[in-house]
Amino acid sequence: MKPLEDDVLDGNAIGGKLIELFGIEMTTAVGTCGVCGNAGQVAEMAVYLMQMGTVVRCRVCDNVLMVFVEVRGVTCVDLQGLASLS
Amino acid sequence: MAGTAVRGRLTWQTATVDSVIDETPTVRTLVLGVPDWGGHQAGQHLDIRLTGDDGYQAERSYSIAAAPGEPVAITVERLDDGEVSPYLTEDVQAGDELEVRGPIGGYFVWDPARPDGDVPLLLLAGGSGVVPLRSILRHRSQVGSSVPTRLLYSARNWDEVIYRSEFASPAPGVEVIYTLTRQQPAGWTGYARRVDQAMITEVAWPVAQIPMAQIPMAQMPVAYVCGPTNFVEAVAADLVALGYPPQRVKTERFGATGTP
Amino acid sequence: MSPISRGFHRRHEEAEPAGRVPPGQYVTHDFPVLSAGPTPHTPLERWTFSIEGGSSPVSWTWQEFQALPSETVTVDIHCVTRWSKLDTMWKGVSLDVLLDAVSYDDPYVLAFCDGGYTTNLPVADLKGGKAWVAYSYDGKPLPAEHGGPARLLVPHLYFWKSAKWVRGLRLKQVDAPGFWEMYGYHMYGDPWREQRYAGD
Repeated sequence: MKPLEDDVLDGNAIGGKLIELFGIEMTTAVGTCGVCGNAGQVAEMAVYLMQMGTVVRCRVCDNVLMVFVEVRGVTCVDLQGLASLS
Repeated sequence: MAGTAVRGRLTWQTATVDSVIDETPTVRTLVLGVPDWGGHQAGQHLDIRLTGDDGYQAERSYSIAAAPGEPVAITVERLDDGEVSPYLTEDVQAGDELEVRGPIGGYFVWDPARPDGDVPLLLLAGGSGVVPLRSILRHRSQVGSSVPTRLLYSARNWDEVIYRSEFASPAPGVEVIYTLTRQQPAGWTGYARRVDQAMITEVAWPVAQIPMAQIPMAQMPVAYVCGPTNFVEAVAADLVALGYPPQRVKTERFGATGTP
Repeated sequence: MSPISRGFHRRHEEAEPAGRVPPGQYVTHDFPVLSAGPTPHTPLERWTFSIEGGSSPVSWTWQEFQALPSETVTVDIHCVTRWSKLDTMWKGVSLDVLLDAVSYDDPYVLAFCDGGYTTNLPVADLKGGKAWVAYSYDGKPLPAEHGGPARLLVPHLYFWKSAKWVRGLRLKQVDAPGFWEMYGYHMYGDPWREQRYAGD
């Protein structure tokens, strides 16, 4: 696993956003990457938190697992990169 | 009561700044009055939301510095080019209002009631990453835990060490080890460099010589690493290289804030 | 209703409209780095720029690309996150030169990049001296964090259209949304009409 760049965060940083979207604590939820099969807790996923949106990637293969974009107060959530999330 | 706790957790609520404590020239602790606070666990964080009089809002996350049951408090480091931290560390006064959401986080939590709360504890802090670890140490004292505990705290210089007086008298079974990476006071005999593999090998509870088959995972030490992302990446890799199973290394990354 | 936090205000005030700054923007002297993924590091000996979907695909290696006629331009850039940076200097190859190498009748492109980023643009917005593939910023080779070795530069649109780490264009008959466009950002992105999100 190559090291994350300095300004990259992890799933802990979006704990509040995830409670807001899913109604429950999610940092310990286990997500499986749809590309490489790596299974890991949300807290350990790579989080690119930008004003444009939030992109969550697999630590092993960089595949995009989740994307959150807020437009006019509504958040678009894309979880297509995950094979599963439990 | 359970209903109230859940509501507080999921929604924003108004909090009042009760008092402020200047920990260092650039770091301040804010003690908050949060009427519907449902309690928290050691290591969790909360989200803050500020609203300007033009309606502009900014949200940030801060680790909770207080142990469970203590008045809610956060410790904020002033970032030179920040939008929220200069306000919280310089402008805010007792009586000011802001919004709070929390507690948040079930991953970076130390709970003495869980099996991994009863094993040797290794805490590794880079700069302001010490905040959630201080909550853990205070909780350990609260419950009278005797698990062997070490805090390795990396700071740029002695003036930037947060909670200095508290760490000067650690609880029984707790060792605090500093490394001052840029400047050291005269006569300093401690570590004086960024955390590296050699330092980790000297400080971490040894695991390499424990054959994995003989010690169940549940009895292995657990490590909590918190601070800037580059600090966490290096330290977590060093621990794994030393033999710590990745699942015994919990990480919380603060991004590029504050170089180690 | 959120309580007002006494004395809190946004860090950047909007710029005085002076004709150069689109509505809702402020002028910065920094050059913020915004990335949705890790910085790619494609070695130059493996780098190519391609245009696909025309009568036949065309591709240039880094050496071939450096041999193409280039221009140095000074332009203002405008990010959808509200910062504008004035008088930025770039050197690169005009899309007029690149598109002239292909025979096509498609009205749109999808730009594709190392790391998987995509963004869509009308061909008309790449022609007529409005767009470049830039490999130098401020007189120096474009740093990786800002999209080097080469990025798209389309300054008349919001800067998310100036795709970093660009590797080529796919000519298309339809305007297919790229990465951010799929999540609600505007398909065209004119900063002067404040087209930040779909429906603006």
